[in-house]
Amino acid sequence: MALSIRKVLVANRGEIAVRVIRAARELGLQTVAVFSDADADSLAVRLADQAVGIGPAQAAKSYLNVERLLDAVKASGADAVHPGYGFLSENAAFAEAVAQAGAVFIGPSPQAIRTMGNKAAAREAAMRAGVPCVPGSDGVVSSVDEAVAVAARIGYPIMIKASAGGGGRGIRVAASADELVQQMTVAQTEAQAAFGDGAVYLERFIRRARHVEVQILGDGERVVHCWERECSLQRRRQKIFEEAPSPALDAATREALCTSAVKLAQAVNYRGAGTLEYLYDDDSREFFFIEMNTRIQVEHPITEMITGVDLVREMIRVCGGETLSLAQSDIVIRGAAIECRINAEDPSRNFFPSPGKVTGLQLPAGPGVRIDSMVFDGCTIPPYYDSLLMKLVIHAETRDAALARAARALRELRVDGVKTTAALHAELLADPEVRAGAFHTNWLEGWLAARTAPAAAA
Amino acid sequence: MAQHEVLCPLPGTFYRRPAPDKPVFVEDGATVAAGTVIGLVEVMKQFSEVQVEVGGTLVRFLVDNEAPVEPGQPLALIETA
Repeated sequence: MALSIRKVLVANRGEIAVRVIRAARELGLQTVAVFSDADADSLAVRLADQAVGIGPAQAAKSYLNVERLLDAVKASGADAVHPGYGFLSENAAFAEAVAQAGAVFIGPSPQAIRTMGNKAAAREAAMRAGVPCVPGSDGVVSSVDEAVAVAARIGYPIMIKASAGGGGRGIRVAASADELVQQMTVAQTEAQAAFGDGAVYLERFIRRARHVEVQILGDGERVVHCWERECSLQRRRQKIFEEAPSPALDAATREALCTSAVKLAQAVNYRGAGTLEYLYDDDSREFFFIEMNTRIQVEHPITEMITGVDLVREMIRVCGGETLSLAQSDIVIRGAAIECRINAEDPSRNFFPSPGKVTGLQLPAGPGVRIDSMVFDGCTIPPYYDSLLMKLVIHAETRDAALARAARALRELRVDGVKTTAALHAELLADPEVRAGAFHTNWLEGWLAARTAPAAAA
Repeated sequence: MAQHEVLCPLPGTFYRRPAPDKPVFVEDGATVAAGTVIGLVEVMKQFSEVQVEVGGTLVRFLVDNEAPVEPGQPLALIETA
């Protein structure tokens, strides 16, 4: 089937808007950028065939304003909308509104967004598809006896989590049945005091979890995977440094993990690009599904580098009515890739944001170096949005070669006028544990704390 | 009576409330002390408190809630006793 669309509006900003414009243009499509008052002279606006203003700087009044975006679709004559990541990319009502306006939403169906966007529904879908989830109680546990029975099934250590908690708050860990008996009542009382709701549930405590995620592509009927990414280096749950493939998995585990992701995506007739996030337990070598992101992700380029698959092009193609052009056997891993997120933040001031004018720019180049960026010399980085300036994406034949290449590229990078996280990445790349791939999701925060307080760490 | 302007320390978006469903930090006409928080500035999804440096009466705010603000921009007017 031929591509049914000819003009793509990118309902986003920054580097991902640039990325989508590039993919669309290579498919021979016309491109429309949208911009807030703060982004009138952005790189996306400069590169697109057409640009439409959508309102004031604050995202709520522009990039999150469905009405203004639909007006821009009509005014530009776009017949497709790519949502990028963040903003409205996982908003089922927006996907529906785009369809009602007669344009193609470049993403999954509103139904798939709803199912996979709801944690409980996604977990149920995963269990139905036979995909392992973090072992836990079946909902709220009310009595101590019930808790002890559930824990006997799941094993220790076990987490007692407040139902109304979240973001790491309202969690206690019990190492034995005795501790669980002691802590249950305390946890319930605490939850009541902190969240106004004393309900708690139980979940396996994973001492050293890695964040491993699987990239999938579907055309509504068939699903393939593009292997995994490891994103364990996080600060405040924000990924900073990602790599593909994961240095932690053996071939059999990798195969089992990626096959499970395909099964789940197939169960919801997934269309477009999606990512299934898992926790990987280094101690037990088990993986557990946690959630699915029904959009393109920031770190998608490392997958593109190791597989040669253009994920953004593929998602436009399948959502534009074509079938997947790839068989699973076509998608093989070649070498290793790393992404360093270069943010406009000052690592020496606790990552304080550093918006402003870029007064000088020198970008790295050479073999295996790719830069996905919103920056040009003289551009202004507005204070209203996230701090991602560019992604330094490195590919080489081995992980060691990629680490060396990333360090080399970082030495070439210079951004004047705003503070960036580039020097922090150079330090990370030199760290023996990073070089050995020996990290977990809490590793980076520990490393940062030890770095700012060396005396306390000794 | 001397007048004193509270200047914005950062570029970003100014908020008069700690959260959309919460009351404002201070009302026009309220008495404030040095260190009183009168608002937040959001810069790249991080929030910083705006504190007054001198005590007195907060006569009025000079910018609206959720307005884009620049460093050095007057945010509020304080009358010192």
